[in-house]
Amino acid sequence: MYKILEKESLNPTVSKIVVHCPAVAQKAEPGQFIILRVDDEGERIPLTIADFDRVKGTVTVIYQIVGATTHKLDRLCAGEFIRDFVGPLGRPSELEGLKKVAVVGGGVGCAIALPTAKKLHALGAEVHSIIGFRNKDLVILEKDFRAVSNVFKLMTDDGSAGSKGLVTAALEDLVKSGNVYDEVIAIGPLVMMKFVCKLTEKYGIKTVVSMNPIMIDGTGMCGGCRLTVGGEMKFACVDGPDFDGHKVDFDEAIQRGRIYAEFEKRAYEKECNLIKGAR
Amino acid sequence: MNNSLKKNPMPTQDPKNRAHNFDEVALGYTEDAAKSEAERCLNCKNKPCKAGCPVGIDIPSFIREVACGDYEAAYKIIQKSSSLAAVCGRVCPQETQCECKCVRGIKGEPVGIGRLERFVADYHNAHKAPTTEKIKTNGHAVAVVGSGPASLACAGELALRGYAVTVYEALHIAGGVLVYGIPEFRLPKAIVASEIENLKERGVKFVTNTVVGRTLLIDELLGKFDAVFIGSGAGLPNFMRVKGEENNGVYSANEYLTRINLMKAYRDGADTPIKHAKSVVVVGGGNVAMDAARCALRLGADKVTVVYRRSEAELPARKEEVEHAKEEGVDFKFLTAPVEVLGDDNKNVIGLRCNQMTLGEPDASGRRRPVPIDGGEFTVDADAVIVAIGTSPNPLIKNTTPGIETQEWGGIVVDETLMTSREGVYAGGDAVTGAATVILAMGAGKSAAESIDEYIKRRYAAGGEIRDKR
Repeated sequence: MYKILEKESLNPTVSKIVVHCPAVAQKAEPGQFIILRVDDEGERIPLTIADFDRVKGTVTVIYQIVGATTHKLDRLCAGEFIRDFVGPLGRPSELEGLKKVAVVGGGVGCAIALPTAKKLHALGAEVHSIIGFRNKDLVILEKDFRAVSNVFKLMTDDGSAGSKGLVTAALEDLVKSGNVYDEVIAIGPLVMMKFVCKLTEKYGIKTVVSMNPIMIDGTGMCGGCRLTVGGEMKFACVDGPDFDGHKVDFDEAIQRGRIYAEFEKRAYEKECNLIKGAR
Repeated sequence: MNNSLKKNPMPTQDPKNRAHNFDEVALGYTEDAAKSEAERCLNCKNKPCKAGCPVGIDIPSFIREVACGDYEAAYKIIQKSSSLAAVCGRVCPQETQCECKCVRGIKGEPVGIGRLERFVADYHNAHKAPTTEKIKTNGHAVAVVGSGPASLACAGELALRGYAVTVYEALHIAGGVLVYGIPEFRLPKAIVASEIENLKERGVKFVTNTVVGRTLLIDELLGKFDAVFIGSGAGLPNFMRVKGEENNGVYSANEYLTRINLMKAYRDGADTPIKHAKSVVVVGGGNVAMDAARCALRLGADKVTVVYRRSEAELPARKEEVEHAKEEGVDFKFLTAPVEVLGDDNKNVIGLRCNQMTLGEPDASGRRRPVPIDGGEFTVDADAVIVAIGTSPNPLIKNTTPGIETQEWGGIVVDETLMTSREGVYAGGDAVTGAATVILAMGAGKSAAESIDEYIKRRYAAGGEIRDKR
C-alpha cells in the first residue's frame, strides 16, 4: 500500500497527488512513468511522473479525471492509500547537451512537460515554454513553467487567458521570429502532438513526443502499447515513451486509443452513479 | 496390485458446461481413486520414471505412500525435490516426461503420476497444520528476480538450505506466468497462492511492484546479497508482422491472457476491460494458443478457430489440452498461415486472411517446413485475432546490467553451473532457454540453487564476508 501524502485539485478535472514511494523516488527521471492500481478490483493505469523528491521519498503524479479509474483515484484523500504503485517505467528523456529547446505542453500533458522543462533549465539550457488549454479555468502549472522558462507563452482556445489560439501558432511565431531550437519537445493530446510535428517537420526541427497508449504491465509483456514508429513496431513502455515525433504514426495511435471507448464510457457512468448513490 | 491396463479416469466438468465458466476443468482424484491408481505402480527398483522428471522426484516412493494412505509422507517425499507439487501435478507434460518412461506404459497406460502428484499436493494443502519446523538459517542472503516457476523453485530450494531469500516481482501479485498466463480453469490461482504461502512459511520474502532493471538494478542487489538469480522469463510477445496487425481487436496472447487471468477482466466487478468477441481466431498451436482459445469461449464467443501453419501431428500443445479444447468446441484449421488482418473503416478487426499450406522439406528444427499453396488464400471472419506465436526474453535486465552476455535472440548466456557472465549472478528458465515449460524452468531454478549454494560456501570458505546485512 502506498500513502497519499498530499492532494490538490489543480482545476475541476485535474488533480495532483504526492505519493510516498521511496523506491520509485530514488530512481525517477523526467519522461518516466508509473503504473498504479487503486484497489483490488482496479485496472493498472500508466501515469507520467510529474515530480519527485529523493530525500522525502515522494513521487508526484498529476492526472485528469477522464474515466472510471481516475474518478475512483480522485475519491481518495491525503492520508489514504493506493493499492499498487510501480516504477519508474520507460526510458528517461534524453536532455543532456541540448542548448535551446521549445517545450510544448497541452492540457494535462503540461504536468509531464514540466519536469522536462525544469531539468533543461537546471542543465543550463534556454527553455521556451508554450502551454495551451481550452480556457482559463483549465490552466495549470503556469507559475511553475514561468519559473523555469526564458520565454513563456500561454495559449487558450477562447483567449480567456494568455493569447487566443493553438500552441502551434505560438510555436510558429517563435520560429519565424528567428529562434533556432535544437529540439522541440511536445507533450499533450495526440492531435496536438501530431500537428506540432507537422509544423516542425516543415521547418526541419527535431521533435520528441511522449506517448501514453493503453498498457497493462508497463514492462514489455502485453504488447498492448504497440505503436508504429518509422514503419517499425515499437512498445511505448520499454522503447519509449519518448519517440521521434516525425516518425510516429499518430493516426494509428489515435485509432488504437479508442478500443475500449464504449467500455470506458459505461464504466465511467457506472462509477459516477455509484457516487451519486453514496451521497 | 491393480492390474488394470488403463489409468483411473480423471473426473472433469462436462465440456458443455465448462466452456462457459472459469472453474477448474479437471476435478481431481478421490482418496479411493488415488489409492487404487497407486496400486498400479510396480515400484521398479531402477525407477525409470524418476529419470524422466526434470527435478528428479522419487516417484515410486511417494506413490508407495499413497497406496498405504500416508499422504503427508508422500508430500514430504515430493517436497524434497519440488516446491510446487500442486502446480506441476496440473500443468506438467507428464506424457513426455515421467509417464513416458513408466513400465506399465509398455502394455497399456502408464501410472497416472501427474494425477497422483496433484492429489497428494491438494490433500496436503487442504489438511496441513501450521508448520512448526524452523529451518536453521545460515546467515547468507540471495535475491531472486521474478516470481515465476524458475524463481519459485530456486527460492524454495535455497530456503531449505538455510538462505534468506528475497523474491522481487514486477507485477502486483507473485507467481509470474502461473498467475498472468495459465488460466484459472487449468490452474486455479488459489493453488498458486497457497504454493507461495508454503514458500513464505519457509522464510522466503516476496516484494511485489519492483521492476528489476528499473526500480532496482542487478548491481544494487549484488551490493546487498551474496548472489542473485535471474528468472525473469520470456515475457516479450512476438507478433506476426503481417499487414493490419494494428487493428483494434488484435491481441497478443500475453495481453489477452493477462487481462483475463491477472486482471480478472472476465468478472463483472473488475475494472479492466476486454473485448467480448463473438468470433475469435487464435494464431499458433502451443499450450498458450489453447489457453487463449478456451478463454475466448468462456468470454462468450460463438466461434473460436485455431489456425496453425503445420499439421495436427506437429501441434506443440499437450495432447490433453488439444483434446479439452476440441471437446469444448474449439475449431482447428491446420496447414493454415495468416497473411493479413482485415479491418473495417473504423479499424476494427473483421477477419483474418489466410493461406493454405503444405508440408515441404524439413527445416532447421527437423520438422517439415510449411510452404504456401498457390491460390490457396481464404478468409476467416473474426472480430478478434489473438496472436500466440511465442515470446522472447525481456531485454530490460540485459540493457541495465553492464557485462551481462546474451544470445543474439536475447537469451541470457550461462555456463554449466548456470552462472551468467557476471560473477555471483545466475539465471535459469525461459530467460535462458526461450519459452519452454513450467517444469523445465523449475528444474533450472533448482539446479541454479545448488550452484549458488556451492558458490557461496566456496567464497565464504575463502574468507568472503557475510552479505546478509538485514
